[in-house]
Amino acid sequence: MSLARLLRSPDAVAGFVILGLLGAMALAAPLLFPGDPLAIAGQPLLRPFQDWALPLGTDRLGRDVLAGLFHGARTSLAVGLAAAAASILVGSIVGTIAGFAGGLVDEVLMRITDAFQTVPGFLLSLALVSVVGPSLGVVVMAIALSAWTGPARIARAEVLSIRERDYVASARVIGMHPVEIAFREVLPNALPPVLALSSVIVAAAILTEAALSFLGLGDPNRVTWGGMIAEGRAVLRSAPYLSVIPGIALVLAVLGVYLAGEGVVEGTAARERQA
Amino acid sequence: MSALLDVQGLSKRYRRGDKEFAALDGVSFSIASGETLALVGPSGSGKSTVARILLRLVEPDGGGARFDGEDLLALRGAALRAIRPKLQMVFQDPLAAFNPRAAVARLIDDPLRIHGIAGRAARPGAIAALLERVGLAPELAGRRVHEISGGQRQRVAIARAIATRPRLIVLDEAVAALDVLVRGDILRLLMELQAEEGIAYLFISHDLGAVRAIAHRIAIMDGGRVVEQGEARAVIAAPASAIGRALVAATPELPKFRETAS
Repeated sequence: MSLARLLRSPDAVAGFVILGLLGAMALAAPLLFPGDPLAIAGQPLLRPFQDWALPLGTDRLGRDVLAGLFHGARTSLAVGLAAAAASILVGSIVGTIAGFAGGLVDEVLMRITDAFQTVPGFLLSLALVSVVGPSLGVVVMAIALSAWTGPARIARAEVLSIRERDYVASARVIGMHPVEIAFREVLPNALPPVLALSSVIVAAAILTEAALSFLGLGDPNRVTWGGMIAEGRAVLRSAPYLSVIPGIALVLAVLGVYLAGEGVVEGTAARERQA
Repeated sequence: MSALLDVQGLSKRYRRGDKEFAALDGVSFSIASGETLALVGPSGSGKSTVARILLRLVEPDGGGARFDGEDLLALRGAALRAIRPKLQMVFQDPLAAFNPRAAVARLIDDPLRIHGIAGRAARPGAIAALLERVGLAPELAGRRVHEISGGQRQRVAIARAIATRPRLIVLDEAVAALDVLVRGDILRLLMELQAEEGIAYLFISHDLGAVRAIAHRIAIMDGGRVVEQGEARAVIAAPASAIGRALVAATPELPKFRETAS
C-alpha cells in the first residue's frame, strides 16, 4: 500500500503518530529508566512538575510515575500484540478447519465457538488468571481465550466461499492433500478480512489487560497502566494525577491502535477498488 | 482396443427449492487412448457436470466410470490421489483456476512435488522444460498469475496438466475465454501434444469451429442426455438431432485444422 494514500487520511496519521510515540516509549524505557520502575525513587506523593528529576511526580510509595508510564507502555503493547497474534492464529486455524471440513467437524467446532462467545470474555479471562496465577504469559493466554472467536467466525465465512472456487478444485485435481489445500491454498486467501479485525482485537486486549491489572491480576513483577490506576485509586481525591496520567496513556494507546488500523483497512480497500 | 475411459449411465439430480431436476440423465460414452471426444451442447446441458463428476469434484447419483482399468467413482482418499496424475483437467478461466497468490513456477511445481516426479534439485529444470514444451519462455516462471496474458495463462494451465504425464485431460471450455488467434494457437498446441504423447482429450465446448478442428468423435448433449454421437466431421456435416442442427446453424465457417495438421 502506498504511504502517500495513508498519509492523506488525517485519522490514520494521528493513529500512526500516537502508535509511533508509544512504540518509542516502550523501546526507550530500559535506556531512559534503567533502574527498577517498582523501586522507590523519592519522597511519596510528589506532585507533577515539582521536581525535574521526577517530572510526573511519585505515587504513595514514592515510585517514579514517568518511569512507570514508560515501562507500562512496554507491557501494554506487548500484551496487546501477543494476545491479538495468538487469537488470530488460533481463530483462523479453527475457522479454516471448520469451513473446509464441513459436516460434523464444522458443527462441533462452531458449537465450541458459540460456547466461548456466550460466556462474557472478561469473566473467562478473570477465571483463567485467578486459577493459573498472574504472569505475563497467562494474561496473554487469558485474553486470547476470549478473543479468538471473532477471527474464527470470519475465517470460516471466508473459507466457505473460497472452497467453492476453481483454484481449490484445481488443487484437488492435481492430487493435493486436503490438509495442504486448507492451509496453503485456502487459509492465506481467507486472511485479509481476518487481519482487518486485528486493530480492534489489539485495542480490546490492551483494555482487558489494564482491567485485569486494575483488579490486581496482572503480572506483579511488571508495571502496568491498569495497576498504576488501581494504585492511585486509594488517594483519588488528594492525588488524582496518579490515576489520570496512566488513564490518559491508556485512552491514547487504544485510540492510536484503532485509528491506525482503520487507516490501513481503508487504504487497502481503496487499492482494491482501484485495481 | 479397449477404451481408456468408459462412462455408463451417469446421472445427477439437483434440488432447486423443492423441485428436483436431472442435470444428467443416463449419460454414456467412451474415449480411446490418444483420441479426442468433443462433448458439445448448449449451456445447461450438463457438459460441465460430466467433467466435474469424472474429476471427482462432484458425486454422481448413479452410473459408473471405468478409467484405465479402475472403477473411477469408487476410489477414495489416497487411492484417488494416486490415480489423479493420469487424469487431469484444464478449466475455462485460468485466472480463477490458479491461486491468486501463486507464481507460475509454484503452479507447475505443485504436481511435480506432490507426485514425486522430480527431486527437489531437478524441479527448476523440469519447470523450465514444461514451460518450453507449451511454448512459453522459462523466464515466465517468476511472474505472478495476474501479470501474464490470458493465452499465456492457459498455456501454464496446460503445462500444469501435462506435468504428471496424464493419459486423459478434460478440457472444460478451455479455449472459450480466449480471443480467436490465441484460440487457434492453443488448439494447435493441444494437437501437437496429443500426437507426441498420445494423450486423450475430453473436449467440452459449445464452439463447433474449435470442435471440428480438434475432435475425432463428437457427442452432442441436450437436457442432461447424449442425443447424438458419432465421427466428428460426419456429425457436423449432417447432424441428425434438432439441437445438433441448431448448433451447426449457429456456427460460422472455419478452417479445418484436423485435415491440415494430420
